[in-house]
Amino acid sequence: MLYARLIVMRLCKAVIVLFLIVIFNFFLIQMAPGDPAAILAGEAGATDQEFLDQLRERFGLDQPLYVQLWRYVSGIAMLDFGYSYRLGAPVFDLIMARLPATLLLTGTAFVLSLVLGIVAGSMAAARVKKPSGSLIMALALLFYATPLFWVALMSVVVFSVYLGWLPAYGLYTVGAGHTGFALVLDVARHLILPATTLALFFMAIYTRMTRTSMLDAAQQDYVKTARAKGLKPGIIQRRHILRNALLPIITLAGLQAGQMVGGAILTETVFAWPGIGRLMFEALQQRDYNLLLGIFFFSAALVIVFNIITDLVYRLADPRIKGGS
Amino acid sequence: MKTPLALAISAAALTLTAAAMADEPRSGGTVNTIIQPEPPGLVLGMVQNAPTRTVAGNIYEGLLRYTTELEPVPQLAESWEVSEDGHTYTFHLRENVTWHDGEPFTADDVVFSADVFHRELNPSARAVLQHVESIEATDDHTVVFTLTEPFGPFLISFEAGTFTMVPKHLYEDTDFRNNEHNDHPIGTGPFKFANWERGTVIELVRNDDYYEEGMPYLDGVNWHIIPDGGSRAVAFENGTIDVLPSGTVENFDIPRLSAMDNVCMTEEGHEYFSPFAMLWMNNREGPTADKRFRQAVMYAMDREFARDVLWNGLGDVPLSAFGSNARFQHDGLEPYDHNPDRARELLEEMGYDGEAITILPLPYGETWTRWAEAVQQNLREVGINVSTQATDVGGWNQRLGDWDYDLAFTYLFQYGDPALGISRTYLSDNIAKGSPWNNVQGYENERVDELFNAAATAFPDEEREALYREVQEILHEDVPVGWLMELGFPTLYRCDVQDLVTSGVGVNDGFKDAWLDR
Repeated sequence: MLYARLIVMRLCKAVIVLFLIVIFNFFLIQMAPGDPAAILAGEAGATDQEFLDQLRERFGLDQPLYVQLWRYVSGIAMLDFGYSYRLGAPVFDLIMARLPATLLLTGTAFVLSLVLGIVAGSMAAARVKKPSGSLIMALALLFYATPLFWVALMSVVVFSVYLGWLPAYGLYTVGAGHTGFALVLDVARHLILPATTLALFFMAIYTRMTRTSMLDAAQQDYVKTARAKGLKPGIIQRRHILRNALLPIITLAGLQAGQMVGGAILTETVFAWPGIGRLMFEALQQRDYNLLLGIFFFSAALVIVFNIITDLVYRLADPRIKGGS
Repeated sequence: MKTPLALAISAAALTLTAAAMADEPRSGGTVNTIIQPEPPGLVLGMVQNAPTRTVAGNIYEGLLRYTTELEPVPQLAESWEVSEDGHTYTFHLRENVTWHDGEPFTADDVVFSADVFHRELNPSARAVLQHVESIEATDDHTVVFTLTEPFGPFLISFEAGTFTMVPKHLYEDTDFRNNEHNDHPIGTGPFKFANWERGTVIELVRNDDYYEEGMPYLDGVNWHIIPDGGSRAVAFENGTIDVLPSGTVENFDIPRLSAMDNVCMTEEGHEYFSPFAMLWMNNREGPTADKRFRQAVMYAMDREFARDVLWNGLGDVPLSAFGSNARFQHDGLEPYDHNPDRARELLEEMGYDGEAITILPLPYGETWTRWAEAVQQNLREVGINVSTQATDVGGWNQRLGDWDYDLAFTYLFQYGDPALGISRTYLSDNIAKGSPWNNVQGYENERVDELFNAAATAFPDEEREALYREVQEILHEDVPVGWLMELGFPTLYRCDVQDLVTSGVGVNDGFKDAWLDR
């Protein structure tokens, strides 16, 4: 019951927040230099006034700003995200078409970084004064400090160009005509490099954070009590230390999960992964306002949803947190 | 007894015969190539972007096709006649052509495409159609264009990318831009649209009912969409990609890629476009409003250096405001050599006081950024106080459209004739805010207007030539814009892809003749 009330309250707030985000984004985008009609005409390499006027009229850009805003907001209220200027297709369809690829990539990276990060962090915490523990932390620091694009490019150079083990780009092998299980395998092979690239940074953070908060928790009195009553170190490590150390990790995981829709621009670009991040970047360059606003909306909605989920998971992990506040 | 020369000749003849035998085109195979950036749509006429032309030029066709010398050759029109006064053009169409959906292609389609579709949607075609009084189908396979006055470049305007033939039976009386067939373009070309996996690939397949017997040779063409230049280079390097159309990899990757085994390179196939790199110079205000300043900029720039270092030695330093492929180029003008001393003299003469100016590089990749840096250094050497400003495509468009710049890089297509691709930059009635492709620099010269307008409609060519010579002399003196380079855009491909570039628009309609020697 408590959960149900919490969720309802949070969803009501979410609607208000989303509304404000839509308005804010709308004006933010108006401040960018350049308008979509001019860019579309510019791309064509030749234009005349008639062409520009046609485009502006079609996009509704000839209307005063408040009319444009009203049209947009009332559209959103009916879940109509409008048309992409450049691609001439409904924004909703475009986003839905790209969403699976992005979720596959970011979801895999999320699970990979979370699992490996917590495992590596726990190992490092258990081996705090040993060389193996230091090695884990040194690697974590390296991955934490290395720019993503560099990791991406280097992994392509090593694993695709020199070793030839993995495909360099794309979601699947074009023209191979794989179906069924062969297609799944093919996609999985294509997924390895981008997902690993994307996972490394967060994995490093999880590792460092897990270790720190586990060492912190290990100093607590209840751990001493557990040791005193003769529990095995492994059990103490998992049940008493790790569980109590999880809260900051959940916070961070919530943040990472919120970025799953739009957070992979670089990785998707380098690996030609047909996801939302690329769609967003191209929309930004083209000043494809409707499309950009649509993606912003989805990203914002996802952040809000994951905030709610994070709050719920807190309560599961730590029953001391109660109530709807 | 044969002389050594005769021996050499017969040996050469033998080699040629052998080569000809090996060069018998074979059917089969799919070519993988790149399209960059991903086009917004594939219906030519509705969309005019370079990537759309590159893919859709293999789906759609125009009445004529052009050789690399820009000579018209038959495509959908089998033959054509021009009346003696240059007013009437009669096209005889092929009779065995069908659209990809099986409907026959007839003269009605031509009239609809030109008179309705392009007049409404296509600014490049509109520029030509304003000279056309009427378009009539006199029978199913004959079309007569009657012009209001002779128009010199008329015959060069029928390239597929500019003057596409679209199917009347699918578009007539519909909202063209929301037509359901836009997602599945129907043309008459050698390849049919098969599939577009957004963000991944556009797949074309062989048109089995193509009107030229046995053609095309390829089973299909896959246009891979890879947004990162480095990744595109890798895809070519590791063998996934067979053809890199020009402009798909950064210039600094080209020497490395072209040095690989079994990789060939051609500069042909851009004659129709002949991209001409220019430096817009604001003629309205600031030091750039002074002709002597603009001349000084021309003398200060080391254009050979830019070509050799930034463009791998490909391309030509222009002799005049007219490029070498646009016809009527004046080759007797005194060139603006790299001459910093002359530049300093001119600056002193005008009394340049060191007023700060800016350069906008073209936001199209590394080479352009570096080029702007090179020009900045050239200009500083002669004492011009200049700095570069970075923008993205949207910002660049707006700055030029609002005339808010001092110097700005750009490049323009020449479309094979001064009246199509060159006069637009200098005509004073082509000054209008909001477009980065018109007379952006704000150059006004009555005599230049007169000459360009007269030359477009003069008949025959000798008369045009005289007018264009005079206009080039004036422009050369006035320097309304800086002429940087006629760009060399190389196409890289595996050497076993044969007959890839056979026309003046290169790979835009090149897969028609291509075949794989594998």
